[in-house]
Amino acid sequence: MIMSLQSFIEKAISPWMQEDGPDHDIVLSTRIRLARNFTDVPFPIMADEDSLKIVSNWIQDHFNQKTFAEGKKLEYISMRDLQALEKRALVEKHLISPYLIEREKESGVLLTNDEQVSVMINEEDHIRLQLYFPGLQLERGLEEAFKFDDWLEEKIDYAFDEKRGYLTSCPTNVGTGLRASVMMHLPALTLTQKMNKMVPAINQLGLVVRGLYGEGSEAVGNIYQISNQVTLGRSESDIIDDLHGVVNQMIERERYARKLLVEQSELRLEDRIYRSYGTLKYSRIIESKEAAKCLSDLRLGIDVGYLTHLSKSILNELMVLTQPAFLQQYAQQSLTAKQRDIKRAAIIRERLGLEE
Amino acid sequence: MDCENCHQRPATLHLTNYINGEKTEIHVCQHCAIEKGYIEGDDETYTIHDLLSGLFNFNTPMAKKPEPQTSSQQELTCPHCNMSYLQFAKTGKFGCSHCYQTFKDHLNPLFRRIHSGNTEHIGKIPKRQYVHLQKKRQIQDYREQLKQLIAQEAFEEAAKLRDKIKALEQASELNRDEEGE
Repeated sequence: MIMSLQSFIEKAISPWMQEDGPDHDIVLSTRIRLARNFTDVPFPIMADEDSLKIVSNWIQDHFNQKTFAEGKKLEYISMRDLQALEKRALVEKHLISPYLIEREKESGVLLTNDEQVSVMINEEDHIRLQLYFPGLQLERGLEEAFKFDDWLEEKIDYAFDEKRGYLTSCPTNVGTGLRASVMMHLPALTLTQKMNKMVPAINQLGLVVRGLYGEGSEAVGNIYQISNQVTLGRSESDIIDDLHGVVNQMIERERYARKLLVEQSELRLEDRIYRSYGTLKYSRIIESKEAAKCLSDLRLGIDVGYLTHLSKSILNELMVLTQPAFLQQYAQQSLTAKQRDIKRAAIIRERLGLEE
Repeated sequence: MDCENCHQRPATLHLTNYINGEKTEIHVCQHCAIEKGYIEGDDETYTIHDLLSGLFNFNTPMAKKPEPQTSSQQELTCPHCNMSYLQFAKTGKFGCSHCYQTFKDHLNPLFRRIHSGNTEHIGKIPKRQYVHLQKKRQIQDYREQLKQLIAQEAFEEAAKLRDKIKALEQASELNRDEEGE
């Protein structure tokens, strides 16, 4: 096995996640994604294996083991070389998309060793470069993504058109190819039923709100992802500004809702948080949905100051570690759903025990 | 106010679009908004590609059946990747960068619908491949700034900027001459 592959797959928490970013009481992370394609090679949907090989070979020849900046050495991992569970683990860390796994043919990913940059190869587009940052860092994110994009473009002829911009396989990405997303923890707005009202208003501004886990718009663990929908006819910095404006408003509203909750709930909020803490600390069987709900309560408890001895990085770690592929990797064997619920409870107990 | 699409349910979503300076207003109910792709539905099985392929028939009122595709649309096939227009309409994805040229007569309405009325890119330009285009955009940006400066009667700064524009224009003309040779 490639040496660094082991850490990509075994460590639940990416190195870039270990520091707190701006507004970390509400914003978990910022992601900037740019979609790019090679000119004169059919997009993956219409490309045969040989064409896709041109792309993956070119990427490996020019970027594998190359250093973009200090501490940013790239490693190419071909999906062909991974076991099913290893691929799932990369999805659970959000380093690759579920779609990349489905594609199989000549697909792969370039990762920097700090896991801050991930470049998916032969996904829906030839190139999907993604950069991750802790907390809310849209402007810095865009700046660094541009630098990385320029660096790739030194060696790649991009499919670009003066009128339409960067040409992508899906018409929803054409133009800038930019999808900027902010992952937010919004327990107070959810609890007070404000999210239901805010989501349609946000949609009208050309932005999309999604629950991170859970189905459809339901957000298990009160974690939402907010991103731009429009990619054509607006500059990248305007897109980022709009998103930033809305995110800032949501941060303000969430903080205010938390303040009111703390002031008005008397002991109820504190009670709820400590009950969740108790559940996580002592349960023997726990489903992923309940775990996510309790972890959200714990995060809120830390942010409003009820729980002072816990660190949030352990919560970030548990969020990934309690997912199916990570659980099974941890157990070193495949597990049924029931066995996973038992293993999940055990890992949470063990991790929280370390904090005391 | 009733939904302007189905005329049955009350309109709960109100959109205002500005396209080329023209203001259009849309008042629809949640159901029609999802169906028309203005907002995302809760129904998970209704994927973005369903929405997209729905957009290809955007001119067709819901009550009427989609009109049969004209034969020219049916025959339209990208010479580079062999994707047909029908295939494009069905998958909602381009097969290669040349498809944008092949299907160009059908794209503006689609892009307008997806991208809030926009059809043209105004963002980043590849640095190495499109040096000229970058200069052209830079000159356009400066000209806009120049107008504002003149409007603000900041003539000294305006003069400086005008010199900058001249220098840029001369430089890009020189480049073009060299390339022409």
